[in-house]
Amino acid sequence: MPSVCFYFQVHQPVRLRHYTVFDRNDEYFDDHKNGSICRKVAHKCYLPANRLLLDIIRRFNGRFKIAYSVTGVLLEQLERYAPEVMSTFDALAQTGCVEFLAETYYHSLSFLYSREEFVEQINKHVDAIDYFFHQKPRVFRNTELIYNNDLAALIESMNSFDAIITEGADHILGDRSQNFVYQPKGCNKLKLLLKNYSLSDDIAFRFSNRTWPQWPLTADKFARWVSNVNGNGTVVNLFMDYETFGEHQWEDTGIFDFMRHLPEEILKHPDNGFKTPSEVVQAYGSAGTIDVPHIISWADTERDLSAWLGNAMQSNAIHELYRLEKTIKKTNNEKIISDWRKLQASDHFYYMCTKYFADGDVHKYFNPYDSPYDSYINFMNVLDHLHSRCSEQTTGGIEGSARGPDSSRYLSGAASVNKHPIDLQLVD
Amino acid sequence: MKVFMLGWEFPPFISGGLGTACYGLTRAMDQLGIEVLFVLPKMVESEYATHVKLLTPGSRRAAASFKFSELKNVKFHTISSALQPYSTPETYQRRIEDILRRKQEERGGEFKAGDPFVSRDYSCDMYTEVQRYAAMAAELAENQDFDVIHAHDWMTYPAGIAVAAVTGRPLVVHVHSTEFDRSGEHVNQTIYDIERAGIQRADRVIAVSHFTRNIIISHYGVSGEKVEVVYNGVERNANWSSINTGISKDEKIVLFLGRITMQKGPEYFLQAAKKVLEVMDNVKFVMAGSGDLMHRSIELAAELGIGHKVLFTGFLRGEDVQKIYKMADLYVMPSVSEPFGIAPLEAMDNDVPVLISKQSGVSEVLVHALKVDFWDVNEIANKIVAVLKYPPLQMTLRSHGNFEVRRLRWRDAAAKCAKVYEEMLVPV
Repeated sequence: MPSVCFYFQVHQPVRLRHYTVFDRNDEYFDDHKNGSICRKVAHKCYLPANRLLLDIIRRFNGRFKIAYSVTGVLLEQLERYAPEVMSTFDALAQTGCVEFLAETYYHSLSFLYSREEFVEQINKHVDAIDYFFHQKPRVFRNTELIYNNDLAALIESMNSFDAIITEGADHILGDRSQNFVYQPKGCNKLKLLLKNYSLSDDIAFRFSNRTWPQWPLTADKFARWVSNVNGNGTVVNLFMDYETFGEHQWEDTGIFDFMRHLPEEILKHPDNGFKTPSEVVQAYGSAGTIDVPHIISWADTERDLSAWLGNAMQSNAIHELYRLEKTIKKTNNEKIISDWRKLQASDHFYYMCTKYFADGDVHKYFNPYDSPYDSYINFMNVLDHLHSRCSEQTTGGIEGSARGPDSSRYLSGAASVNKHPIDLQLVD
Repeated sequence: MKVFMLGWEFPPFISGGLGTACYGLTRAMDQLGIEVLFVLPKMVESEYATHVKLLTPGSRRAAASFKFSELKNVKFHTISSALQPYSTPETYQRRIEDILRRKQEERGGEFKAGDPFVSRDYSCDMYTEVQRYAAMAAELAENQDFDVIHAHDWMTYPAGIAVAAVTGRPLVVHVHSTEFDRSGEHVNQTIYDIERAGIQRADRVIAVSHFTRNIIISHYGVSGEKVEVVYNGVERNANWSSINTGISKDEKIVLFLGRITMQKGPEYFLQAAKKVLEVMDNVKFVMAGSGDLMHRSIELAAELGIGHKVLFTGFLRGEDVQKIYKMADLYVMPSVSEPFGIAPLEAMDNDVPVLISKQSGVSEVLVHALKVDFWDVNEIANKIVAVLKYPPLQMTLRSHGNFEVRRLRWRDAAAKCAKVYEEMLVPV
């Protein structure tokens, strides 16, 4: 009787423009590139996938359910560049079959560097989801599924969440199965949902791989694999990037057809069903506690932080970034604060990864830079300039006077007129 | 396998990449057990006069033989000739005139056009000398036993053709540089014709990069299947760390090391230096090398008002090269058109991070290098500043680069050449 729990990660960073040491302006982000990528992904993935899932939800009359985690920085960009995507998400939200999860608004690694900033970003994201989709998220997922016992304890202490999501890494489970609900060690109420990485990756990574012995993956085959969990699990957590549909796996691989037929194949077995993360938490008790003293993530085979913090450039860049926190917040200038926060997106550090660079694998595919070195140089030049703006501020510079019109630029028309709270919220 | 190789300089008299490549390749072939008859031109200077007298007159006896003790399978033949790598018809002419003047002073007499020294050992113009060299090489080859002919760069192509004609052995021409790299679009028609004849006559062509292969295919009228890419390697330098310069560094040093010619882009280096100095002060720019643009470069530095920040060392060799590497924080190669570029590999081997132009063959093989378009002075300066300003960048480039450079071995280049030989010898 396993329940299938789909959760899709939906995120696009705000990419930096080429910024040299000779640039002396606060236009850090490449509006043109961000706009065209956003529209491209909307066209290839978000719109067709949203319409497909909306269609399936209506067809199955409440029996098909899914969850999303949409980052705040993507919501801002969608409003600005592809508002039609926002209305399809809104339609999904209204079906009652779609749950929105909470994460850090800026898709940041702030948990590792500043608990204060981390909590502020979660609250900002919760407010954004409430504002757009009229839901108060009850389940939290951290950027890149980064997790340890401390994170669970912090989330529990916020008293806003019922569960937390992370990677079902083998080394934290031992011989236990990913397909149960657990409790983080040290928590009393909070529950833990673990990604079934094998079945998730069958869709997200292997679907179109013709050298994979299981290729082609059909809906009925996959439904059989899910049913095999019967007897050793209550829930199959399928967590993946939403861009799997149409962007990572192109439409001509048949990924949309697969998804179109999957619900009916799953539901053919009378014991099976779909649940959202919150429903899973309510339906099943904890099968035991999971102890994760060391940090894990969903990245690469290492399931660690090395994709973002593996080399000297990465750790230097992020260290310098968070070292500015007090200086930045002291300025009380939303434009400076929001620029600083956009620099926190984990993507910026991922671009600096040298781990697999030579092999030209997945890291390179998602990298807008020619090399990790270029990305570090660009980031540091921007950070350097951002820092100089702070000192201009404290010495009574010009930044403050330009505040009003400047910050509203970061909101798309309608939202800024509506005194939209998200981006203008001051941080104390 | 026995190779009749028409090559260039051997240690300790190496003036540039061509000599380095011939030596590196031959040494690696020796280790693979390939027998090499290495034929090279050797200037009969007045200091060798007594030695030469023994071998003259008669061109055949002007070809001297010797062996390098460390190379078991290599036999050397020198042919007395004033040909040198990187010669132009003008520099050749000047050199010959110098020799004549010296001879004149020694003998204290008049020189006549029909002087036996001139007619027997050298031709007064370079093209005739190239043909004379070819005739002597062919004569030498008649009494030798070998399987293939391998000629390095244009001055030896006529020799390669002649040897192939008299022996019927297959010919490989190895293109380390083309007239288009050296002269841009202002090609010397005679040299181009010689290059084209060699490339077209050759059974196989070896290019040092895809960059060069593309030039060969697009400008020399041969089809792609005839042209193989074999990247150069780098000789590991075992004892660089033993040299102590005793220089305490409070200034950063950015190094240009190479011939100061149009091809190497010295003016872009200086323009970038000017930009760097606009934002940084404690940095010096060192131009190590000589060439026909040296004086122009000194003037340019003065015109730009950075004369006091640019040091010209002249041509460096041996220990001086090691010393300058030890001092350098960054090596810059802004070449306009660089078929390969061994020097950056040597810099990396000496733990110096490198910034290279994208218009170079070596940028195809290096991952852990900073890359720029040679004309993008702003970006060159941006990256120089970044390396000097952000130590983690230097650190990461250095540690990965040092590792990367170890994988570029002459042994692999030699093995690839051997494969080309074998393919040629298989009857079709």
